[in-house]
Amino acid sequence: MKQNYYIFNNGCLRRQENTIFFEKEDGTRNVIPIENTEAVYAFGEIDFNTKLFNYLAQKGIPVHVFNYYGFYSGSYYPRETLNSGQLLVKQVNHYTNMRHRLALARAFVNGASFNIVKNLRYYNNRGKDLGEYINAIEGYRSRIEESGAVEELMGIEGNIRNTYYKAWPTIIDCEIEFERRVKQPPDNMINALISYLNSLVYTTCLGEIYHTQLNPLISFLHEPGERRYSLSLDLAEIFKPIFSDRIIFTLLNRQQITNKDFMTEVNLCYLNESGRKTVVREYDERLKTVITHKKLERQVSYRHLVRLECYKLVKHLIGEQEYEGFKIWW
Amino acid sequence: MDNSIAHLKLTGTQINYYFLCQRKLWYFAHDIQMEQNNDAVYLGKLIHETSYEREKKEIDIDGTIKIDFIGKDRVIHEVKKSDKVEEPHIWQLKYYIWYLKQKGVEGVTGKINYPKLKKILDVVLENGDMEKIETIMVDINRIITSPLPPVVNRMKICKSCSYGDICWV
Repeated sequence: MKQNYYIFNNGCLRRQENTIFFEKEDGTRNVIPIENTEAVYAFGEIDFNTKLFNYLAQKGIPVHVFNYYGFYSGSYYPRETLNSGQLLVKQVNHYTNMRHRLALARAFVNGASFNIVKNLRYYNNRGKDLGEYINAIEGYRSRIEESGAVEELMGIEGNIRNTYYKAWPTIIDCEIEFERRVKQPPDNMINALISYLNSLVYTTCLGEIYHTQLNPLISFLHEPGERRYSLSLDLAEIFKPIFSDRIIFTLLNRQQITNKDFMTEVNLCYLNESGRKTVVREYDERLKTVITHKKLERQVSYRHLVRLECYKLVKHLIGEQEYEGFKIWW
Repeated sequence: MDNSIAHLKLTGTQINYYFLCQRKLWYFAHDIQMEQNNDAVYLGKLIHETSYEREKKEIDIDGTIKIDFIGKDRVIHEVKKSDKVEEPHIWQLKYYIWYLKQKGVEGVTGKINYPKLKKILDVVLENGDMEKIETIMVDINRIITSPLPPVVNRMKICKSCSYGDICWV
Protein backbone atom coordinates (compact mmCIF):
# COMPACT_ATOMS: atom_id res chain seq x y z
CA MET A 1 0.00 0.00 0.00
CA LYS A 2 1.21 3.48 -0.84
CA GLN A 3 2.28 5.73 2.00
CA ASN A 4 1.38 9.21 3.08
CA TYR A 5 4.33 11.50 3.74
CA TYR A 6 3.99 13.96 6.60
CA ILE A 7 6.47 16.82 6.71
CA PHE A 8 6.75 18.71 9.98
CA ASN A 9 10.13 20.35 9.44
CA ASN A 10 10.82 23.56 7.62
CA GLY A 11 12.73 23.28 4.39
CA CYS A 12 12.47 22.76 0.71
CA LEU A 13 10.65 20.05 -1.22
CA ARG A 14 11.89 19.75 -4.74
CA ARG A 15 12.42 17.55 -7.72
CA GLN A 16 15.81 16.90 -9.17
CA GLU A 17 15.65 14.70 -12.25
CA ASN A 18 13.13 12.04 -11.25
CA THR A 19 13.81 12.10 -7.56
CA ILE A 20 12.00 14.06 -4.92
CA PHE A 21 13.99 15.39 -2.00
CA PHE A 22 13.02 17.06 1.15
CA GLU A 23 15.89 19.27 2.17
CA LYS A 24 15.84 20.46 5.74
CA GLU A 25 17.14 23.85 6.80
CA ASP A 26 20.35 22.27 8.06
CA GLY A 27 21.01 20.84 4.59
CA THR A 28 20.20 17.20 5.31
CA ARG A 29 18.21 15.49 2.60
CA ASN A 30 15.50 12.87 2.67
CA VAL A 31 14.38 11.12 -0.47
CA ILE A 32 10.66 10.58 -0.96
CA PRO A 33 10.03 7.41 -3.00
CA ILE A 34 7.59 8.74 -5.57
CA GLU A 35 6.18 5.42 -6.78
CA ASN A 36 5.19 4.56 -3.26
CA THR A 37 3.62 7.89 -2.30
CA GLU A 38 -0.09 8.38 -1.90
CA ALA A 39 -0.12 12.00 -0.71
CA VAL A 40 2.12 14.60 0.90
CA TYR A 41 1.03 16.47 4.03
CA ALA A 42 2.87 19.73 4.49
CA PHE A 43 2.83 21.01 8.08
CA GLY A 44 6.13 22.85 8.12
CA GLU A 45 7.12 25.97 6.27
CA ILE A 46 8.11 24.58 2.90
CA ASP A 47 9.34 25.87 -0.44
CA PHE A 48 8.25 24.00 -3.55
CA ASN A 49 9.38 24.19 -7.16
CA THR A 50 7.23 24.01 -10.31
CA LYS A 51 9.11 20.99 -11.58
CA LEU A 52 7.92 19.22 -8.47
CA PHE A 53 4.27 20.01 -9.13
CA ASN A 54 4.57 18.83 -12.73
CA TYR A 55 5.99 15.57 -11.51
CA LEU A 56 3.38 15.17 -8.78
CA ALA A 57 0.63 15.78 -11.37
CA GLN A 58 2.11 13.12 -13.61
CA LYS A 59 2.06 10.67 -10.73
CA GLY A 60 -1.33 11.84 -9.44
CA ILE A 61 -0.11 12.77 -5.98
CA PRO A 62 -1.92 15.53 -4.07
CA VAL A 63 -0.24 17.84 -1.55
CA HIS A 64 -2.28 18.95 1.45
CA VAL A 65 -1.13 22.17 3.08
CA PHE A 66 -1.68 23.18 6.70
CA ASN A 67 -1.00 26.57 8.23
CA TYR A 68 1.15 27.54 11.22
CA TYR A 69 -1.61 26.52 13.64
CA GLY A 70 -2.05 23.14 11.95
CA PHE A 71 -5.34 24.13 10.36
CA TYR A 72 -6.06 22.85 6.87
CA SER A 73 -5.45 25.51 4.21
CA GLY A 74 -5.97 23.65 0.95
CA SER A 75 -4.77 21.00 -1.42
CA TYR A 76 -2.78 20.87 -4.57
CA TYR A 77 -5.10 18.59 -6.54
CA PRO A 78 -3.42 17.27 -9.70
CA ARG A 79 -5.17 17.29 -13.04
CA GLU A 80 -7.96 14.73 -13.21
CA THR A 81 -7.10 11.74 -15.34
CA LEU A 82 -10.08 9.53 -14.70
CA ASN A 83 -13.03 11.26 -16.30
CA SER A 84 -16.37 9.93 -17.39
CA GLY A 85 -18.72 12.40 -19.03
CA GLN A 86 -21.68 10.11 -18.66
CA LEU A 87 -21.07 9.63 -14.96
CA LEU A 88 -20.66 13.37 -14.44
CA VAL A 89 -24.06 13.98 -16.05
CA LYS A 90 -25.58 11.41 -13.72
CA GLN A 91 -23.89 12.97 -10.70
CA VAL A 92 -25.30 16.37 -11.60
CA ASN A 93 -28.76 14.87 -12.17
CA HIS A 94 -28.69 13.34 -8.74
CA TYR A 95 -28.00 16.76 -7.28
CA THR A 96 -30.64 18.67 -9.24
CA ASN A 97 -33.39 16.10 -8.76
CA MET A 98 -34.55 16.70 -5.17
CA ARG A 99 -35.84 13.17 -4.66
CA HIS A 100 -32.54 11.67 -5.80
CA ARG A 101 -30.53 14.14 -3.78
CA LEU A 102 -32.50 13.44 -0.61
CA ALA A 103 -32.04 9.70 -0.99
CA LEU A 104 -28.27 10.13 -1.02
CA ALA A 105 -28.23 12.75 1.75
CA ARG A 106 -30.31 10.40 3.93
CA ALA A 107 -27.89 7.57 3.26
CA PHE A 108 -24.97 9.72 4.44
CA VAL A 109 -26.72 10.82 7.65
CA ASN A 110 -27.95 7.31 8.24
CA GLY A 111 -24.50 5.77 7.92
CA ALA A 112 -22.79 8.51 9.94
CA SER A 113 -25.27 8.32 12.81
CA PHE A 114 -25.17 4.52 12.82
CA ASN A 115 -21.42 4.73 13.36
CA ILE A 116 -21.91 7.35 16.06
CA VAL A 117 -24.30 5.09 17.95
CA LYS A 118 -21.87 2.23 17.52
CA ASN A 119 -19.18 4.30 19.26
CA LEU A 120 -21.52 5.08 22.13
CA ARG A 121 -22.56 1.45 22.50
CA TYR A 122 -18.93 0.40 22.64
CA TYR A 123 -18.32 2.58 25.69
CA ASN A 124 -21.72 1.79 27.14
CA ASN A 125 -20.71 -1.86 27.19
CA ARG A 126 -17.58 -0.88 29.07
CA GLY A 127 -19.31 0.56 32.07
CA LYS A 128 -20.01 4.12 30.96
CA ASP A 129 -23.63 5.04 31.36
CA LEU A 130 -24.58 6.38 27.94
CA GLY A 131 -28.07 4.91 27.61
CA GLU A 132 -29.91 8.24 27.56
CA TYR A 133 -27.71 9.61 24.75
CA ILE A 134 -28.14 6.44 22.71
CA ASN A 135 -31.91 6.60 23.10
CA ALA A 136 -32.02 10.27 22.18
CA ILE A 137 -29.95 9.67 19.05
CA GLU A 138 -32.03 6.66 18.04
CA GLY A 139 -35.04 8.97 18.35
CA TYR A 140 -33.49 11.45 15.93
CA ARG A 141 -32.42 8.63 13.63
CA SER A 142 -35.99 7.41 13.28
CA ARG A 143 -36.81 10.76 11.69
CA ILE A 144 -34.21 10.48 8.92
CA GLU A 145 -36.40 8.49 6.56
CA GLU A 146 -39.36 10.84 6.81
CA SER A 147 -37.33 14.04 6.39
CA GLY A 148 -38.63 15.98 3.41
CA ALA A 149 -35.76 18.35 2.68
CA VAL A 150 -32.01 18.47 2.93
CA GLU A 151 -32.16 21.39 5.41
CA GLU A 152 -34.34 19.29 7.68
CA LEU A 153 -31.87 16.46 7.39
CA MET A 154 -29.04 18.83 8.28
CA GLY A 155 -31.06 19.83 11.35
CA ILE A 156 -31.45 16.21 12.42
CA GLU A 157 -27.76 15.66 11.83
CA GLY A 158 -26.98 18.72 13.99
CA ASN A 159 -29.15 17.39 16.81
CA ILE A 160 -27.44 14.01 16.63
CA ARG A 161 -24.00 15.59 16.80
CA ASN A 162 -24.92 17.86 19.73
CA THR A 163 -26.28 14.92 21.70
CA TYR A 164 -23.22 12.87 20.78
CA TYR A 165 -20.84 15.58 21.96
CA LYS A 166 -22.72 15.86 25.26
CA ALA A 167 -21.77 12.24 25.88
CA TRP A 168 -18.06 12.89 25.43
CA PRO A 169 -17.24 13.98 29.00
CA THR A 170 -18.60 10.59 30.13
CA ILE A 171 -16.55 8.68 27.56
CA ILE A 172 -13.33 10.52 28.20
CA ASP A 173 -11.73 9.67 31.51
CA CYS A 174 -9.64 12.76 32.10
CA GLU A 175 -10.96 16.10 33.20
CA ILE A 176 -11.99 17.96 30.08
CA GLU A 177 -13.61 21.19 29.33
CA PHE A 178 -15.99 20.48 26.47
CA GLU A 179 -19.51 21.75 26.24
CA ARG A 180 -20.09 22.30 22.61
CA ARG A 181 -18.40 22.14 19.27
CA VAL A 182 -16.61 25.34 18.39
CA LYS A 183 -14.75 25.69 15.12
CA GLN A 184 -12.84 28.46 13.45
CA PRO A 185 -11.05 28.76 15.74
CA PRO A 186 -11.41 25.93 18.25
CA ASP A 187 -11.47 27.13 21.85
CA ASN A 188 -10.35 24.10 23.83
CA MET A 189 -8.45 20.83 23.62
CA ILE A 190 -11.30 18.67 22.38
CA ASN A 191 -12.37 21.13 19.74
CA ALA A 192 -8.79 21.46 18.60
CA LEU A 193 -8.49 17.68 18.28
CA ILE A 194 -11.79 17.39 16.42
CA SER A 195 -10.83 20.14 13.98
CA TYR A 196 -7.43 18.70 13.32
CA LEU A 197 -8.55 15.11 12.83
CA ASN A 198 -11.56 16.06 10.75
CA SER A 199 -9.31 17.91 8.35
CA LEU A 200 -7.22 14.74 8.03
CA VAL A 201 -10.33 12.68 7.30
CA TYR A 202 -11.38 15.28 4.76
CA THR A 203 -8.07 15.02 2.90
CA THR A 204 -8.23 11.21 2.96
CA CYS A 205 -11.69 11.31 1.35
CA LEU A 206 -10.55 13.85 -1.21
CA GLY A 207 -7.55 11.69 -2.08
CA GLU A 208 -9.73 8.63 -2.64
CA ILE A 209 -12.30 10.54 -4.72
CA TYR A 210 -9.40 11.59 -6.92
CA HIS A 211 -8.76 7.94 -7.81
CA THR A 212 -12.30 7.51 -9.09
CA GLN A 213 -14.46 9.11 -11.79
CA LEU A 214 -16.50 11.04 -9.23
CA ASN A 215 -16.39 14.81 -9.32
CA PRO A 216 -15.40 16.17 -5.89
CA LEU A 217 -17.33 19.43 -6.36
CA ILE A 218 -20.81 17.94 -6.61
CA SER A 219 -22.19 16.84 -3.27
CA PHE A 220 -25.57 15.81 -1.93
CA LEU A 221 -25.80 16.38 1.82
CA HIS A 222 -23.59 19.45 1.86
CA GLU A 223 -24.31 22.23 -0.59
CA PRO A 224 -21.86 22.19 -3.48
CA GLY A 225 -19.78 25.27 -3.93
CA GLU A 226 -20.25 26.34 -0.34
CA ARG A 227 -16.57 25.88 0.06
CA ARG A 228 -13.93 23.39 -0.94
CA TYR A 229 -14.60 19.99 -2.44
CA SER A 230 -17.90 19.29 -0.80
CA LEU A 231 -18.32 15.66 -1.87
CA SER A 232 -15.38 15.06 0.43
CA LEU A 233 -17.43 16.52 3.29
CA ASP A 234 -20.30 14.14 2.51
CA LEU A 235 -18.03 11.12 2.63
CA ALA A 236 -16.19 12.39 5.70
CA GLU A 237 -19.45 12.32 7.68
CA ILE A 238 -19.50 8.56 7.42
CA PHE A 239 -15.89 8.10 8.44
CA LYS A 240 -15.40 10.75 11.13
CA PRO A 241 -16.86 8.59 13.92
CA ILE A 242 -14.65 5.66 12.89
CA PHE A 243 -11.41 7.42 11.98
CA SER A 244 -11.44 10.61 13.99
CA ASP A 245 -13.60 10.26 17.12
CA ARG A 246 -12.26 6.86 18.12
CA ILE A 247 -8.72 8.20 17.96
CA ILE A 248 -9.63 11.11 20.21
CA PHE A 249 -11.13 8.81 22.85
CA THR A 250 -8.16 6.46 22.71
CA LEU A 251 -5.48 9.14 22.84
CA LEU A 252 -7.07 10.93 25.78
CA ASN A 253 -7.99 7.83 27.75
CA ARG A 254 -4.48 6.44 27.39
CA GLN A 255 -3.13 9.87 28.21
CA GLN A 256 -1.07 9.88 25.03
CA ILE A 257 -2.30 13.41 24.54
CA THR A 258 -2.35 15.79 27.48
CA ASN A 259 -2.35 19.51 28.22
CA LYS A 260 1.28 19.86 27.24
CA ASP A 261 0.44 18.93 23.62
CA PHE A 262 -1.54 22.11 23.14
CA MET A 263 -0.84 25.79 22.87
CA THR A 264 -3.42 28.24 24.00
CA GLU A 265 -3.75 31.80 22.88
CA VAL A 266 -6.65 34.14 23.52
CA ASN A 267 -9.82 32.18 22.60
CA LEU A 268 -7.72 29.82 20.55
CA CYS A 269 -6.41 26.38 21.26
CA TYR A 270 -4.36 24.31 18.89
CA LEU A 271 -2.07 21.31 18.87
CA ASN A 272 1.63 21.98 19.10
CA GLU A 273 4.15 20.03 17.09
CA SER A 274 4.48 17.08 19.45
CA GLY A 275 0.69 16.87 19.70
CA ARG A 276 0.29 16.91 15.94
CA LYS A 277 2.88 14.21 15.52
CA THR A 278 1.17 11.94 18.05
CA VAL A 279 -2.19 12.43 16.37
CA VAL A 280 -0.86 11.96 12.84
CA ARG A 281 1.00 8.81 13.85
CA GLU A 282 -2.15 7.35 15.33
CA TYR A 283 -4.21 8.44 12.33
CA ASP A 284 -1.77 6.91 9.88
CA GLU A 285 -1.81 3.64 11.84
CA ARG A 286 -5.57 3.65 11.70
CA LEU A 287 -5.60 4.10 7.90
CA LYS A 288 -3.35 1.09 7.52
CA THR A 289 -5.37 -1.16 9.82
CA VAL A 290 -6.92 -4.01 7.87
CA ILE A 291 -10.21 -5.78 8.32
CA THR A 292 -11.83 -8.60 6.38
CA HIS A 293 -14.45 -7.20 4.07
CA LYS A 294 -17.62 -9.25 4.25
CA LYS A 295 -18.69 -8.76 0.67
CA LEU A 296 -15.31 -8.74 -1.04
CA GLU A 297 -14.07 -11.61 1.13
CA ARG A 298 -10.61 -10.21 1.37
CA GLN A 299 -8.55 -7.95 3.59
CA VAL A 300 -8.95 -4.24 3.05
CA SER A 301 -7.44 -1.29 4.88
CA TYR A 302 -9.49 1.40 6.57
CA ARG A 303 -8.32 3.80 3.89
CA HIS A 304 -9.53 1.49 1.16
CA LEU A 305 -12.98 1.52 2.75
CA VAL A 306 -13.23 5.13 1.61
CA ARG A 307 -12.42 4.15 -1.98
CA LEU A 308 -15.01 1.39 -1.83
CA GLU A 309 -17.51 3.97 -0.63
CA CYS A 310 -16.75 5.97 -3.80
CA TYR A 311 -17.38 2.89 -5.93
CA LYS A 312 -20.69 2.34 -4.16
CA LEU A 313 -21.62 5.91 -5.03
CA VAL A 314 -20.68 5.31 -8.67
CA LYS A 315 -22.92 2.24 -8.72
CA HIS A 316 -25.76 4.24 -7.22
CA LEU A 317 -25.36 7.03 -9.76
CA ILE A 318 -25.43 4.69 -12.74
CA GLY A 319 -28.47 2.99 -11.22
CA GLU A 320 -26.86 -0.34 -10.59
CA GLN A 321 -27.14 -0.60 -6.83
CA GLU A 322 -28.70 1.63 -4.22
CA TYR A 323 -26.15 3.39 -2.04
CA GLU A 324 -26.07 2.64 1.63
CA GLY A 325 -23.64 4.50 3.85
CA PHE A 326 -20.87 2.40 5.33
CA LYS A 327 -21.85 0.86 8.65
CA ILE A 328 -19.14 -0.41 10.91
CA TRP A 329 -19.70 -4.08 11.68
CA TRP A 330 -17.02 -4.84 14.21
CA MET B 1 -19.85 -5.23 -44.49
CA ASP B 2 -23.30 -5.29 -43.00
CA ASN B 3 -24.55 -1.69 -42.95
CA SER B 4 -25.84 -1.89 -39.41
CA ILE B 5 -22.32 -2.41 -38.07
CA ALA B 6 -20.48 -0.09 -40.44
CA HIS B 7 -20.72 2.80 -37.97
CA LEU B 8 -19.57 0.82 -34.95
CA LYS B 9 -16.05 1.83 -34.16
CA LEU B 10 -15.02 -0.90 -31.81
CA THR B 11 -11.54 -1.14 -30.38
CA GLY B 12 -9.55 -4.31 -29.89
CA THR B 13 -9.92 -3.91 -26.14
CA GLN B 14 -13.69 -3.99 -26.47
CA ILE B 15 -13.58 -7.24 -28.43
CA ASN B 16 -11.16 -8.63 -25.88
CA TYR B 17 -13.40 -7.66 -22.93
CA TYR B 18 -16.45 -9.13 -24.67
CA PHE B 19 -14.86 -12.53 -24.26
CA LEU B 20 -13.20 -11.78 -20.95
CA CYS B 21 -16.04 -10.18 -19.02
CA GLN B 22 -19.06 -8.30 -20.29
CA ARG B 23 -19.37 -6.23 -17.13
CA LYS B 24 -15.85 -4.99 -17.61
CA LEU B 25 -16.79 -4.20 -21.20
CA TRP B 26 -19.71 -2.05 -20.05
CA TYR B 27 -17.74 -0.15 -17.39
CA PHE B 28 -14.85 0.39 -19.78
CA ALA B 29 -17.16 1.71 -22.50
CA HIS B 30 -18.60 4.19 -19.99
CA ASP B 31 -15.16 5.48 -19.06
CA ILE B 32 -15.35 3.91 -15.66
CA GLN B 33 -11.85 2.55 -15.65
CA MET B 34 -9.95 1.35 -12.70
CA GLU B 35 -6.74 2.93 -11.72
CA GLN B 36 -3.80 1.28 -13.33
CA ASN B 37 -1.89 0.62 -10.14
CA ASN B 38 -2.61 -3.06 -10.12
CA ASP B 39 0.69 -4.99 -10.16
CA ALA B 40 -0.42 -7.32 -12.97
CA VAL B 41 -1.45 -4.34 -15.09
CA TYR B 42 1.86 -2.66 -14.41
CA LEU B 43 3.78 -5.78 -15.40
CA GLY B 44 1.78 -6.08 -18.62
CA LYS B 45 2.57 -2.50 -19.49
CA LEU B 46 6.23 -3.06 -18.79
CA ILE B 47 6.32 -6.14 -21.04
CA HIS B 48 4.72 -4.10 -23.80
CA GLU B 49 7.28 -1.36 -23.46
CA THR B 50 10.38 -3.48 -23.17
CA SER B 51 9.71 -6.25 -25.73
CA TYR B 52 10.41 -5.99 -29.47
CA GLU B 53 12.07 -2.63 -29.03
CA ARG B 54 13.40 -2.65 -32.58
CA GLU B 55 9.89 -2.71 -34.05
CA LYS B 56 7.72 0.30 -34.74
CA LYS B 57 5.00 -0.17 -32.23
CA GLU B 58 1.39 0.79 -31.58
CA ILE B 59 0.23 1.31 -35.11
CA ASP B 60 -2.99 3.24 -35.07
CA ILE B 61 -5.49 2.45 -37.83
CA ASP B 62 -8.30 5.03 -38.21
CA GLY B 63 -8.12 5.83 -34.53
CA THR B 64 -10.08 2.60 -34.07
CA ILE B 65 -7.69 -0.27 -33.68
CA LYS B 66 -4.13 -0.24 -32.45
CA ILE B 67 -1.83 -2.99 -33.68
CA ASP B 68 1.12 -3.71 -31.42
CA PHE B 69 3.50 -4.15 -34.36
CA ILE B 70 3.57 -5.45 -37.91
CA GLY B 71 6.12 -8.03 -38.99
CA LYS B 72 7.10 -9.37 -42.40
CA ASP B 73 4.63 -10.96 -44.85
CA ARG B 74 1.59 -9.15 -43.52
CA VAL B 75 1.77 -10.67 -40.07
CA ILE B 76 0.32 -8.55 -37.32
CA HIS B 77 1.52 -9.10 -33.78
CA GLU B 78 -0.19 -8.70 -30.46
CA VAL B 79 1.93 -8.81 -27.30
CA LYS B 80 0.42 -10.29 -24.16
CA LYS B 81 1.65 -11.08 -20.70
CA SER B 82 0.04 -14.41 -19.98
CA ASP B 83 -1.86 -17.07 -21.89
CA LYS B 84 -4.18 -17.76 -18.99
CA VAL B 85 -7.14 -16.48 -20.98
CA GLU B 86 -6.33 -17.15 -24.61
CA GLU B 87 -9.74 -16.80 -26.20
CA PRO B 88 -10.07 -13.02 -25.77
CA HIS B 89 -6.60 -12.53 -27.26
CA ILE B 90 -7.39 -14.72 -30.27
CA TRP B 91 -10.59 -12.87 -31.05
CA GLN B 92 -8.96 -9.51 -30.60
CA LEU B 93 -6.50 -10.47 -33.31
CA LYS B 94 -9.12 -12.06 -35.54
CA TYR B 95 -11.01 -8.82 -35.31
CA TYR B 96 -7.93 -6.87 -36.44
CA ILE B 97 -7.54 -9.18 -39.43
CA TRP B 98 -11.23 -8.79 -40.22
CA TYR B 99 -10.96 -5.02 -39.87
CA LEU B 100 -8.03 -4.80 -42.26
CA LYS B 101 -9.93 -7.02 -44.70
CA GLN B 102 -12.78 -4.51 -44.68
CA LYS B 103 -10.21 -1.88 -45.60
CA GLY B 104 -9.17 -4.02 -48.55
CA VAL B 105 -5.98 -5.43 -47.02
CA GLU B 106 -6.02 -9.14 -47.86
CA GLY B 107 -3.81 -12.01 -46.77
CA VAL B 108 -3.15 -10.81 -43.23
CA THR B 109 -2.40 -13.33 -40.52
CA GLY B 110 -1.68 -12.83 -36.85
CA LYS B 111 0.64 -13.93 -34.10
CA ILE B 112 0.17 -13.53 -30.38
CA ASN B 113 3.50 -13.11 -28.66
CA TYR B 114 3.94 -14.05 -25.06
CA PRO B 115 7.53 -12.89 -24.51
CA LYS B 116 7.56 -13.87 -20.86
CA LEU B 117 6.49 -17.41 -21.73
CA LYS B 118 8.61 -17.53 -24.90
CA LYS B 119 5.52 -18.67 -26.72
CA ILE B 120 3.89 -17.65 -29.98
CA LEU B 121 0.36 -18.45 -31.08
CA ASP B 122 -0.76 -18.27 -34.73
CA VAL B 123 -4.10 -16.77 -35.56
CA VAL B 124 -5.95 -16.90 -38.88
CA LEU B 125 -9.50 -16.20 -39.93
CA GLU B 126 -11.28 -19.52 -40.29
CA ASN B 127 -14.51 -20.41 -41.99
CA GLY B 128 -17.41 -18.74 -40.26
CA ASP B 129 -15.22 -16.29 -38.30
CA MET B 130 -16.28 -13.32 -40.44
CA GLU B 131 -19.93 -13.95 -39.63
CA LYS B 132 -19.13 -14.55 -35.98
CA ILE B 133 -17.27 -11.24 -35.70
CA GLU B 134 -20.19 -9.38 -37.19
CA THR B 135 -22.58 -11.01 -34.72
CA ILE B 136 -20.22 -10.16 -31.87
CA MET B 137 -20.08 -6.52 -32.94
CA VAL B 138 -23.85 -6.21 -32.85
CA ASP B 139 -23.89 -7.88 -29.46
CA ILE B 140 -21.19 -5.56 -28.08
CA ASN B 141 -23.20 -2.61 -29.26
CA ARG B 142 -26.26 -3.97 -27.50
CA ILE B 143 -24.30 -4.39 -24.26
CA ILE B 144 -22.63 -1.01 -24.18
CA THR B 145 -25.73 0.93 -25.11
CA SER B 146 -27.86 -0.72 -22.46
CA PRO B 147 -28.38 1.50 -19.39
CA LEU B 148 -26.97 -0.94 -16.87
CA PRO B 149 -23.94 -3.19 -16.81
CA PRO B 150 -24.90 -6.85 -17.39
CA VAL B 151 -25.03 -9.20 -14.43
CA VAL B 152 -22.13 -11.61 -14.55
CA ASN B 153 -21.36 -14.48 -12.23
CA ARG B 154 -18.28 -14.36 -10.09
CA MET B 155 -15.47 -16.05 -11.97
CA LYS B 156 -12.00 -17.23 -11.11
CA ILE B 157 -10.46 -14.21 -12.84
CA CYS B 158 -12.50 -11.81 -10.68
CA LYS B 159 -9.96 -12.36 -7.95
CA SER B 160 -7.18 -10.70 -9.89
CA CYS B 161 -9.33 -8.22 -11.83
CA SER B 162 -8.85 -4.54 -11.12
CA TYR B 163 -12.63 -4.07 -11.48
CA GLY B 164 -13.32 -6.56 -8.69
CA ASP B 165 -13.77 -3.85 -6.07
CA ILE B 166 -16.45 -1.99 -7.96
CA CYS B 167 -18.20 -5.14 -9.18
CA TRP B 168 -18.58 -6.90 -5.88
CA VAL B 169 -18.68 -4.18 -3.23
